[in-house]
Amino acid sequence: MLGAMLAEAWSALVANRLRSILTMLGMIIGVAAVILMLAIGSGVQVYIERQISSLGSNLLIISSGAARTGGGFAQGIGTAPTLTLDDADAIARLPTVVAAAPQSGFGAQVTAGPTNWLTQVSTSTPSWFQVQDWYPDEGRAFTEMENRQAARVAVIGRTVADELFGANDPLGQQIRVRGVTFTVIGVLPKRGQGIGGSNRDDTIVLPLNSAQRLVQGGGVFRRSVRTISVSVATPAAMVPTEEAISLLLRRRHQLAPTAPDDFSITNITAVGDTFAETTGAISLLLGAIGGISLVVGGIGIMNIMLVSVTERTREIGIRMAIGASRGAIRLQFLLEALMLSLAGCLIGVMLGTGIAVIAGKFLPFETVITPASVIISFAISAAIGIFFGWWPANRAAKLSPIEALRS
Amino acid sequence: MTGPVGVKAVLELDGIVKDYASEAGTFRALDGVSVTVEQGEFISIMGPSGSGKSTLMNIIGCLDSATMGAYRFDGTDISDYDEKALAKLRNQSIGFVFQQFNLLPRLSSRANVALPLVYSGVSLKDRNARADELLALVGLEGKQMSRPSQLSGGQQQRVAIARALANNPRLLLADEPTGALDTKTGAEVLALFRDLNASRGLTAVIVTHDPGVAAATNRVVRIQDGQVTYDGPPTKEALAGVGHVYDAA
Repeated sequence: MLGAMLAEAWSALVANRLRSILTMLGMIIGVAAVILMLAIGSGVQVYIERQISSLGSNLLIISSGAARTGGGFAQGIGTAPTLTLDDADAIARLPTVVAAAPQSGFGAQVTAGPTNWLTQVSTSTPSWFQVQDWYPDEGRAFTEMENRQAARVAVIGRTVADELFGANDPLGQQIRVRGVTFTVIGVLPKRGQGIGGSNRDDTIVLPLNSAQRLVQGGGVFRRSVRTISVSVATPAAMVPTEEAISLLLRRRHQLAPTAPDDFSITNITAVGDTFAETTGAISLLLGAIGGISLVVGGIGIMNIMLVSVTERTREIGIRMAIGASRGAIRLQFLLEALMLSLAGCLIGVMLGTGIAVIAGKFLPFETVITPASVIISFAISAAIGIFFGWWPANRAAKLSPIEALRS
Repeated sequence: MTGPVGVKAVLELDGIVKDYASEAGTFRALDGVSVTVEQGEFISIMGPSGSGKSTLMNIIGCLDSATMGAYRFDGTDISDYDEKALAKLRNQSIGFVFQQFNLLPRLSSRANVALPLVYSGVSLKDRNARADELLALVGLEGKQMSRPSQLSGGQQQRVAIARALANNPRLLLADEPTGALDTKTGAEVLALFRDLNASRGLTAVIVTHDPGVAAATNRVVRIQDGQVTYDGPPTKEALAGVGHVYDAA
């Protein structure tokens, strides 16, 4: 009986083709909106997660200067170089610390032959590659020995390599940073955009010692560094390590118990979590807006089903006279409402997916269609079809056969 | 499901009363109607409009239930049947034929005839086979795929009769079956009823105000003001009716 009723529901919808399509439009737009919003939402989430993890996992960044001061002029992070190379060495000896990379940096015009390029120069120890989890895929990283000897070697990012050398092999080439010549020994693989849209591949990494000794302005304060990046062994050790580093640095900097920290520690994973939470909330909000259009679509279905029941009162009477029970009549109209909502959902999923794929080509990140969003769309559409179809179907089922036949 | 030995009554209406509540108070449409119809009978129920014959037909057809009185269908008291049980009875045991044919315009003849079988859970293949067989019986071979709008009135009524026969009913119940047809087609439809009654022993009840139709049946039940005023063979006097009825009043 169900198969016959499905076929009948289908033929009833096909008989009123234009009306069925217009009714489905509400569902189509609603589902497409939900699919699109969730695709953008999860796309942003994946994008940010990738950005966070590209910074290195289990990463603590210690900056010179307190994040907040008691009053008067606020000290920005990194303005007072209170951290030293010795601090970095001491931190590296903590049991839960895998590596600690002291790091400074400056912007500089870099030249290679006739071409030049303005880029960001980072100066650090070989631990930098380990902490960033970012090793050259062409050539090699510089060694501790090269750092100690202030060797004139440089590792460059993909963007710098492309801008300065184009299609040529950058390895072994000479670049000049503030008048000092360095030999390119490695090129870092592409990492794309960082948080805030900066191009992470637009960078040069020099040995800390080399920069401090050779480059003018490369190390105004000898043995001082702007930041120390710390890689922690496990995620669980992040908070204890943060506390241990704080205690260690306060002792080393001989701060009185009441004095504020002269450094600040940023937990990148925690920052990432906050980002993920925020984007999760945003995509939920966007999905909810799509959900509202679904409800509006559902009301459209209810409206048209009520019209349909009124129009087909005589048909209902005939069916009852030849033996359709009230349950069968109710089922027939419910199936029609359900078919409308599910067909609308199917078209909406296809439309939403199509738009999401096209949108992904224009947005800075890829949109992600999750199976869950499709399943949720179908579940919600089915629920809407049943919920908004119930009342009209019940109205049809409750008709008196005599009255219905007389209409 | 069997009646008293010897006589097998399909319908036994005993003191049927039907009241309708209206703003003016209770209106009694049927006032103690008792009729028994035995297997294989071909009878007509006559009466002017407002006489209560439509109400009686609705009760016989299980579309409505009586306020008082007993109704035995095929020997079973169905007075306390619920809506679901009545729907099943309509589906399995009663075949309706209406004045306006009441075919579903969207469906082919075959699908229209097969519709009662959908509600009794017959498979698609068996439904179609049965529908084709019945369409052939009423002389509509080759019209299986025609929509009602493509058929003449007489043909539509034949489809409706085929539909009424779909589940091999115990009772064929027709409401002015010739009312929307011209004289010639009406006579053909009536002949089909007679034939079904004679050849298959199908019990048929025709509700009509047309003495010509009533004359074709074997027994006439006249209703006036909710009461049976005549129950007997279709004599000229009974069919003319008028004087007889006013004499009684």
